[in-house]
Amino acid sequence: MDALVNKRIKQVLKGDKDAFAEIVDLYQHRLYQVCFRMLGNRHEAEDIAQEAFVRAYINIHTFDQKRKFSTWLYRIATNLCIDRIRKKKPDYYLDAEVRGTEGLDMYSQIATSDELPEEELMKLELQERIQYEISRLPDKYRSAIVLKYMEELSLQEISEILDLPLGTVKTRIHRGREALRKQLSRQPHI
Amino acid sequence: MNACPERIVHFMHEYLDGEISREHELELKSHLQSCEACKAHMHELSDVVAFVKGAAHIEAPNDFSHSVIARLPKEKSHAGVSKWLRRHPVLAAAAMFLLLMSGALFTNFNDEQQFSFTKQENVVVEGETVIIPKGQVVKGDLVVRNGDVRIDGELDGNLTIINGSAYMASTANITGTSEEINEVFDWLWYNIKYGAQEVVSFFEKEEAK
Repeated sequence: MDALVNKRIKQVLKGDKDAFAEIVDLYQHRLYQVCFRMLGNRHEAEDIAQEAFVRAYINIHTFDQKRKFSTWLYRIATNLCIDRIRKKKPDYYLDAEVRGTEGLDMYSQIATSDELPEEELMKLELQERIQYEISRLPDKYRSAIVLKYMEELSLQEISEILDLPLGTVKTRIHRGREALRKQLSRQPHI
Repeated sequence: MNACPERIVHFMHEYLDGEISREHELELKSHLQSCEACKAHMHELSDVVAFVKGAAHIEAPNDFSHSVIARLPKEKSHAGVSKWLRRHPVLAAAAMFLLLMSGALFTNFNDEQQFSFTKQENVVVEGETVIIPKGQVVKGDLVVRNGDVRIDGELDGNLTIINGSAYMASTANITGTSEEINEVFDWLWYNIKYGAQEVVSFFEKEEAK
């Protein structure tokens, strides 16, 4: 696979757009899925995943062919998703701690006020429920959890994609799991 | 559960990451057997993993890759320019020459404020006026910059005056053309005209070879 991809990359570097179309075909579902899980919206996911491929095409000369192409591609996509999420946020930082409430940040406050009432929650299908719970995670936990459990990537790969030390990735996944545990225990299980 | 060591929860996560050491695993297992709260915690975490892993795979829309290709930038503009330059090296050189020359011409026009003229025999100079005396015949072209010309005799050639004027006596006779250039535009036009003539004659010489 990597050999094939590197061959296509060389063709793209020579100006062959059809070779790039093949690369898009190989990775489109994975990239679209990450974007959808991060953004929770099909329209935005399509826009951002396409943008990620366009950026990859423009910057393909900067890709080091000794590395894994999918890691590089995921990195472009997750960065774009996180930018998009932050742009949508109002001008305060959700993960800034609220004064006098140790460990409690704006996110947890908003998350609780944003909670769907129980009867609404019961109406959600399992898949809707999963996406709903994922979307309530703070974005730093969300990206780690999505890459780990939905894309099924190794911790090492996740640390390269997010450009974070391995220990930080582990911490984020642990906290993400704990956050989901609290979210699920507060509300009825399906 | 408050009494339980914090490391137990840490071990749970190590276990879920599949990175737990043997000692940690043994400690975790024996603790879970004796502590209901931690056992519940462990269960909930396992449920979280199962819950998230239950997410369906999502596929990109059918026309996704077409839309990506449509969004790719067209050939970069500087690539187009350099291609054009490679295809038309002579035109490119000519364009460059004209560009540099026009700059030089403008500065020349303003810099050359000094009086000067083509050296010819039989010509008399009074102050900044070039005089062809009565009865004299000057053979060849006469160019005068920043000065006037008075012609009492004959000029067998072209007369060009830049930033000046000509006074002709009734006896004056110019066999060639006569022109006065006083504006920047005229000056440019003059240079282009003569430049072109030189280029043409250069090519004619080349062809003659």
